[in-house]
This record gives sequence, structure tokens and C-alpha cells, in this order.
Amino acid sequence: MTKPARPSRGVRRVTHRGRPGKAAQGARASRPQGPQVTPSRWHLRLYVAGSTPKSLAALANLTRLCEDHLAGQYELEVVDLLEHPNLARTDQILAIPTLVRTLPEPIRKIIGDLSVLDRVLVGLGITPRTTG
Amino acid sequence: MSSANTRRIGNQAINLGARLDRRRVLEKAPTGIVGLDAITGGGFPKGRPTLICGGAGSGKTLLGMLFLVRGAVQYGEPGVYVSFEETAQELTQNVASLGYDLNKLTAQKKIILDHVVVERLELQPAGEYDLEGLFIRLGNAIDAIGAKRVVLDTLEMLFSALPNPTLLRAELGRLFRWLKAKGVTAVVTAERGDGRLTRQGLEEYVADCVIVLDHRVADQVSTHRLRIVKYRGTAHGTNEYPFLIGRDGLTLLPVTGIQPAYAASTGRISTGVERLDAMLEGRGYYRGSTVLISGSAGCGKTSLGAAFAEATCRRGERALFFAMEESEDQIVRNMRSIGMDLAPWVRKGRLRFHVSRPALFGLEAHLMAMLDTVIAARPSVVILDPVTNFLSAGTKGDASAMLVRLIDFLKEQQITAFFTDLSPEQDGEYSGRQSESVITSMVDTWILLRNLETNGERTRGLYIIKSRGMAHSNQIREMLLTDSGIQLVDVYVGVGAALTGSARVIAEARERAEEVVRARSVTQKRSEIKRNRAALEAQIAALRAEVRAQEDALTDVGAVQAGLEQAGRDERAGIGLMRIAAAPRNSNGGRGTGRNGK
Repeated sequence: MTKPARPSRGVRRVTHRGRPGKAAQGARASRPQGPQVTPSRWHLRLYVAGSTPKSLAALANLTRLCEDHLAGQYELEVVDLLEHPNLARTDQILAIPTLVRTLPEPIRKIIGDLSVLDRVLVGLGITPRTTG
Repeated sequence: MSSANTRRIGNQAINLGARLDRRRVLEKAPTGIVGLDAITGGGFPKGRPTLICGGAGSGKTLLGMLFLVRGAVQYGEPGVYVSFEETAQELTQNVASLGYDLNKLTAQKKIILDHVVVERLELQPAGEYDLEGLFIRLGNAIDAIGAKRVVLDTLEMLFSALPNPTLLRAELGRLFRWLKAKGVTAVVTAERGDGRLTRQGLEEYVADCVIVLDHRVADQVSTHRLRIVKYRGTAHGTNEYPFLIGRDGLTLLPVTGIQPAYAASTGRISTGVERLDAMLEGRGYYRGSTVLISGSAGCGKTSLGAAFAEATCRRGERALFFAMEESEDQIVRNMRSIGMDLAPWVRKGRLRFHVSRPALFGLEAHLMAMLDTVIAARPSVVILDPVTNFLSAGTKGDASAMLVRLIDFLKEQQITAFFTDLSPEQDGEYSGRQSESVITSMVDTWILLRNLETNGERTRGLYIIKSRGMAHSNQIREMLLTDSGIQLVDVYVGVGAALTGSARVIAEARERAEEVVRARSVTQKRSEIKRNRAALEAQIAALRAEVRAQEDALTDVGAVQAGLEQAGRDERAGIGLMRIAAAPRNSNGGRGTGRNGK
């Protein structure tokens, strides 16, 4: 059920890869082998509708969270439904903003502007780091 | 066939609706649902949202779907169906059973089905959100086919799936405003809530038209009902209207008798029983009237109905016999025993039977089935035997309302209706309690059959309680079921008693015997008088003879007297002569001489 990235459909795709943060480097140093090394272990897709304050807030919150917790291991797509209204139906989107975790499976959906950090972490299944 | 039929009824209903709402201010989007357009004055408010609320299984989805499909098929208004519960496949299957192919309609771009998947577990809330996704989705679908109608079935599912009800409520308010701005006629379904119309108070947002569907079970019979709670800008029917979910989808037949406006025929048709015709001014029932035959078990109601049917067929018209208790074969067989052969008429297609058990389904279903059959058979006479059985298929009020609608329908079609009514007798007296409250005020001719129990036997008395618009007989007649059909005979009306049956026969025999005796004595008297007269006449003759004899005798006596006198004179003359011997021989001279001598 993993959906491949859809550059052909003209999705505005913002992919953040690389530029691993310090924390991630430290983690890698302590555990040289591990799944985190594999790039793009996390596939995230954020559905927005134009540049509304909520959409912008969600994107900012998400980017910050990913950089903090998933640096170097995630791929983020941003889908603007105003540009691709058909995707609302095919991807079963109701609320805006909606964040979809397509990888790792199973698919998870988080709605809202992602301002409640704890909820987002729980929703995505990320165990927050206490040290580092 | 049947959907065409209901459409015909529907057209009548719509005509009525047009009458109901002459000042058509508000534009309407017809639902195409029989009867609903009538009570809403043409349909749902065009370009505005309508709320349909009701419990589980009350027919919300069906009503929404019919509104959409009929809009697309009959009124050229494409539509978008947004389902929060059923998948597109399920909906397609459901609608297929009503005879509509959703796949085809979708391919023709007349309908878009959108199943919105809402599963709580999948959605993790994290912060504020809006429903822009739904708006975009809906807007995209509406624009894709130029939709004029939108159905949101059951929108309230969102409340169980999305967090923050306050925010959601605000979003739904925005959704309705947006739909209005789009100019689409929207139907929103919602679950019935405790003490409120809907669980989430959606009625606060949808203020233009609110319809409540209900599903109640009374006496083990379930009936669907529809009520318009409010409808801004339109005079609408305010009652609870029973409706039927059947093979034509959803049908609703409102009581049309707000103002009975059917034409009254002056034509008359035979009752099938000569003497009964005679009791009704000699011409029978009015065509298009409603006849009710009341009576207890076994007093010949069905036979009278069959006689009426037979007379109808004999005239070359068609009769339709709704039998609630007996099968067609049984009725034909039984009627043969009283010299009435219905089989040829059945073969010729002039007589049709429709047999169903009243408890088989609800009253609405019965009404629909009957109307369908009547429209298909186009009879001039409908016989319903017995009408009281409908009381077992619903409450008395429901049965009454249903029969009123049936009678109205039949009258509009100028079909003569013949209902039989089984009413138990109590203490030998006709109670009529059941029927009286149900339809007797609606019927035009009411005939009562009574069991008369005397002298250890039971006979049938027939009389006419009422017959509107004619000078009917007020006499009681005895009804006989003979080998050669139904016969009515005069009852024996003697001094202080009306007798029937063997008592009548005995009384009549006694009267005949007395007559014979009387006649005989008269004859005797007459011959006696004759004899006396003869005797007297003989006496008279004898007396006359005597008189004659006396007269004769008298004559003789006179003659003798005269003779004697002559003889005396002669003698005296002789003597005189002798005295006067010398005188000339002249008798006269002699007499004179004699006188002179004196």
C-alpha cells in the first residue's frame, strides 16, 4: 500500500534529505549500523489548501519536528489540493491540514496544524528523545 | 409497468400539490417521489439545503438517493452523492434493486458517488483544522458534472470521526452557507437525537426545510411515516404521512380528500339481484359510488359481491375482486353452488381476482398493491371482501385513513366500490361497531344483512340502511340463496309480526288454508241461497197457479151466476107469458109490462 512519490502528477514536492543534524550524527556515531542509516525511512505527505495560516503553520511545525527527530531519514511531500483537487477524493482527505505517514506502514493520518507536538509524535509513532 | 403506474398516481399527486400551492413563490426541486411533491407543494426548496432526519432504517438514505437519481433521470439535474457510511459499490447495488443503474449514470456523467471514509482510529488530531478538504472534494465533483443536487448522507458521521465538535459545528455552518452560495439543492441526512431532531443539532444550520422520517411498530405492524417539520415560505401538509418502501422505492400517498372534487355520476348499474335493484328505485347502485354490505358471518356478503361482479361482467365491463379470505378457486366453486358460474368471465378476462392476506404486509403496501392492480386492470367495479380484515393489518385509525384514500382514489376514477364488512352480532342485534367508526360515513349505499333467529332456525334479512341520492325501499326482505341464485322475497307481514323462513311459509300456508275454507263456505252459502231461491220461486209459481185457479174459479162462478140469472129471468119471463096468455109474443113488451106491473 506504499504510494510512490508522484512527480508525474505535478505534486509540489518538497523533499528534505541529507544535512543531518548534530543529534543524528551523534546517534549514528554511537550506533554505526542500524535502520536509521537508510535514507527516506519515513515518507510523509502533508495536504494543504493554498497558503492559509493553518497550512503554513503545519508545514513549519512539521519541518521543525522532522529536523529535530528524523533528520536525514525522511521524505516530505506537500500536496496543495487547490492545485490538485482530484487528490482529495482519491486520497480520502476531508480535513485540512492532514498529514499522512505512508511509510513506515501502516498508514497513519494526523489532522490539524500540528501545533500539539506530543500528539504529532504519538501519531507518527516517533519516540521522543530525552537525551542528546 | 408498476413504476409507470405509480408515476401516474404521482402525477395526480403533483397536480394536487400545484393546487395546494398556487402562489408558487419559492422555486422547487421535485423529488419525483409519489406524494412527497404533493405535500411539499412541488418538492424541496431549490438551491437550499433540506434536512432529513430519522432513526435507523427509517429510509433516509433511500429518500436521498431517490431525490438524486430521479433528479438526474427525470428532471435533468445531475447530482453528487457523498456517502459517509456506505461504499459506492453498496450504494450501486442498493439502487439497482430499484431499477436504476448507477454505473451507467456515473459513466454518463449524471451522477458522482463519493464515499468519504471516516474512521476514527486513523485520524489523529493535533491542533486546529478545517474541512477545506471536503469543500474541495465536493466543489470539484459539482463542477465536474454541473451538479444541481447534492446529497450528504449522514453528515453527522463526521462528529464521531473528527475531534473538536465546536470547531466542526462552525465548519458545517460554513458548509451549508457554501452550498447555498453554490446554488445546489442539498439534502442532508441525520440521525434522530434524544429530545432533538438530530443528534448534533444540525437543524440549527439547515433552517429551510426539515423532514422527519419515522418507523413505528403498532400491533406488530410496522409503518413508515413522514412529517414536514418546517418548510420556510411554503404552505405544506403538516400531518404524519404513512409511506411505503417497496420495489418502486419510496411511495407516499397523501390523503387527497382535502376537498373531494370528483364528479358524481347519475348512471346506475345493476346490483345483480333483481329484487335488490327494485329496492333501489328499480335501477341499482349509482355508478362510481361506494357500497358497503355489513353483516355477520355466513349471511351472504360474498355472494352479493359475486352477484354484483357477475352482473358487471354480463354487461361487458370488467370487475376486480380483492379477496382477503378465500382463494379464487374457492370463490368460483362456492358461487357455482348457488347457480352462479364465474369461471367463463375469468376466462374472458372480465373478472380478475387478487388474493392476499391482510396481515401479509402493512396497510401502505396493501394500498399500493391495490392501486397498482386497479390501474393495471382498469375495472369499472372493485369488490373488496372483507374490508374489515384491514383492521388486523394496522390500527383502526390507520386502516380508516387507508380506506379513505382508497375510496377517494376509486371515486376519482369513477369506479364503483363494493366493500363487505364482517360485523359480529351481539344478542341478535347488529352491533356494527367495527365498521361504523371506520368508513360507514364515507359510503353512499349501506346495506345490512341480518341473521334472524326464530323457531329454531336462522334466516337472512336484508335491508337498506342508507342510499344517498335515491328513494330506496325501507322494507326488510328475506334473502334466499337458492340453486338459481340470490333471491329476495317479501317477508310475511301479518298482524303484529314480520315472519321469515319456515315461520313465513307456515303462516302463508295457514293463510292459504283459511282462504280455502272461507272460499268453500261462500260457495256453500251461495248454493244454499240458490236452492232457497229456487224453492221460493217454486212456491211463488205454485201460489201464482193457485191464484190463477182461484181466478178461474171466480170466473166460473160469475158465469154460473150469470147463467143462473138468465135462467131466472127466462123462467120469470116464461111464467109471465104464462100469466098473460093473450098478450102478443114480444119479450120486450113483456119486460116492460113486468116493470110496469111492479
